[in-house]
Amino acid sequence: MSTRSAGSDDSYVRFENVQKSYDGEVLVVKDLNLDIRKGEFVTMLGPSGSGKTTCLMMLAGFEPATHGEIFLNNRPINAVPPNKRGIGMVFQNYALFPHMTVAENLAFPLQVRGMSKFEQEDRVKRVLEMVELPQMGGRRPAQLSGGQQQRVAVARALVFEPDLVLMDEPLGALDKQLREQMQYEIKHIHENLGVTVVYVTHDQTEALTMSDRVAVFEDGVIQQLSSPQALYEDPQNSFVAQFIGENNKLNGTVERVTKDICDVKLDNGSMVKAQKVNVSGKGDRTTLSLRPERVELDPPKSHKNVIEGRIEELIYLGDHIRVRMNVAGNDEFIVKVRNRSDRKPLAEGETKTIGWASEDCKALDLVA
Amino acid sequence: MTDAAQSSDVLVAYDGTPLKQQLAKTTRRMKFRALLLTMPLVLFIIVSFVLPIGDMLFRSLHNPTGSNVAPNFAEAIQKWDGEDYPSDDIIKIFVEDLATARKNREVGKTVGNLATRVNYEIPGSRSLFTKTARRAGKITEGPYLDALIKIDKKWENKNVWVTLKRVTRDYTLSFYLAATDRKYDENESIVRADELYRIYLPILWKTIWLSALITFLCFIIAYPVAYLLSTLPLRTSNLLMILVLLPFWTSLLVRTSAWIAMLQKEGILNNVFVYLGFIGDEHRIQMIYNATGTVISMVHILLPFMILPLYSVMKTIPPSYMRAAKSMGASNFLAFRRVYFPQTIPGIAAGVLLVFILAIGYYITPALVGGNDGLLISNLIANHIQRTLNWSLGAALGTILLVVVLVLYWIYNKLVGVDNLKFG
Repeated sequence: MSTRSAGSDDSYVRFENVQKSYDGEVLVVKDLNLDIRKGEFVTMLGPSGSGKTTCLMMLAGFEPATHGEIFLNNRPINAVPPNKRGIGMVFQNYALFPHMTVAENLAFPLQVRGMSKFEQEDRVKRVLEMVELPQMGGRRPAQLSGGQQQRVAVARALVFEPDLVLMDEPLGALDKQLREQMQYEIKHIHENLGVTVVYVTHDQTEALTMSDRVAVFEDGVIQQLSSPQALYEDPQNSFVAQFIGENNKLNGTVERVTKDICDVKLDNGSMVKAQKVNVSGKGDRTTLSLRPERVELDPPKSHKNVIEGRIEELIYLGDHIRVRMNVAGNDEFIVKVRNRSDRKPLAEGETKTIGWASEDCKALDLVA
Repeated sequence: MTDAAQSSDVLVAYDGTPLKQQLAKTTRRMKFRALLLTMPLVLFIIVSFVLPIGDMLFRSLHNPTGSNVAPNFAEAIQKWDGEDYPSDDIIKIFVEDLATARKNREVGKTVGNLATRVNYEIPGSRSLFTKTARRAGKITEGPYLDALIKIDKKWENKNVWVTLKRVTRDYTLSFYLAATDRKYDENESIVRADELYRIYLPILWKTIWLSALITFLCFIIAYPVAYLLSTLPLRTSNLLMILVLLPFWTSLLVRTSAWIAMLQKEGILNNVFVYLGFIGDEHRIQMIYNATGTVISMVHILLPFMILPLYSVMKTIPPSYMRAAKSMGASNFLAFRRVYFPQTIPGIAAGVLLVFILAIGYYITPALVGGNDGLLISNLIANHIQRTLNWSLGAALGTILLVVVLVLYWIYNKLVGVDNLKFG
């Protein structure tokens, strides 16, 4: 599934057949191949234990790769210790040194590089202004709020002007509102500075909002690496379809394939058309994936795919109404109805027709 | 804000009473109950700690032996101005008091007590008193001074009378002088003791120096162990922790005796050295019954007190700090020195303080393995309390030790800050 362009000049970070095992029995990362271009914002997204953080730690140099090679700027870095890699890093709990002030924290990487006092002060001042905390230099990290600590951590990873910055779930400890605000700020910093960012998170919204490309991890393998839009609209397999956004599942069997459209017989006997994505041909068992907002209630008769469903539950959410239906034996089928003034009244227990465009329904690998 | 709040700066409750007063009233009961709960401990500390220490401080200054044995003389001699000799009237009272005391069998009021007391000041003068007391009854008429000189030439020595005047005062500094190797001369001015009798200050310095050495060795050994304990996986570190705590569960005597078996001339370590050919059989090393033995066994015994505070602090330092430092370009050593080490200082401070204060007052181990060379100040204190029964001197030494510890603690507080300590 991963893109691979060995030796391509524009690849800045490259994982080549990287494997990682902690105990010699289980592979946490299985044959990882990944290219990241300079200036790109790539997010490693996946549930916990999927190997994403391990990949980041290997890139930072804190964990050795069991097999394979990691390249930075076309230079193999497996043998380079973390302090020689020149990679900025933002840690999950910020890891701000509690015994130093904010300014001292920020000056630390500059001191290590033997920069003059004057230049240190200048850079610290500039970076504090960048994260909008110009007055906070004299404070201790413990005197800052979570969001401020977060900004200092970002500033510290950027102050020595690395070309590559790694972020390990940096927003995990913040509340929802602050998290959203910080997402935009980090995104803007990335755009302004042009640094390459590798970002690890298990929060899909975060991944979709911020990234140029997202690598979805599961079970030590990249399931799909593509832009947020492609990830949502063209999932390559059922895992990605379910992991990203909301998704309706319908199980069935492929009856016929014509080009990239296939006819699928649902388990209750109805026939529908779906885009062929991850099925090989006639007779294959498949799970169809449908986004709730792409399903239409009471569609015009011209629709190709029209089946019936029973409304089980209505949930009023303001901008839309969530309709839970029983469709082809699946009573978790969700349809989002936009809350417009001309919408028809709905009632629980009603039987309604639903329809969708064939391209919006993806025939993927079967999920039990 | 209500009108009431606007009219004055004091916040008031709804009924108009000041808020602070109201708060105090509602929490008073709670505070009282909390106080009540601590009473057993408070009483225990008063009985077992405050009173004994107060008693010790008092005894080091107060010694009524002189006035107990010779009450009339004690009063009379104070009128003597120290010129020439005391008047014959005063000496007459002295002779009478001695004669009375000789008949006295009451504890603490015998001539022997007075003799011992004066003997502290003028070593070797004990027999003068016992001898004189025996014959005091026979002296019936003056001049009394001549009569005394007839019994013993030493009564000619004015210093004896000066000393008598001093020891019959109830409150005296002479035990503190003795404890710091000083004494009064005949003119009541403070001079250093004779070279032969200067023992306490050297031992005090040695105690401080050995305690510092023991503390330092403990720190050097404990730091890596604590680090290992804090970084290993839980199962392994628990096992290691048991090994660290094992000495706590063994009797102090057993542990110290084990060191004797290890370190003595015919002991295990020497045998191994001889067997391996490091040393010849005739050159076995003396490692016990001297300062070396004291240091080795005390480092072993006090080690857990260093490891535990260090461990408790190190455990709270997430590994991400070191990683962060390294990701910013710091070498392992620099990351340790600038990031890890400073954060362990509260643990170091606590461990160092704990071990040093325990070491400076340690008694059993040096007594068992110290020989003559490895004795510490507490062994001398014990000696005065238990054997020579010079409690006042023991108390003075104890007080000096207490003051030394307090002064060191004060300096330490200036350097590290006590609120920076973390015992775990």
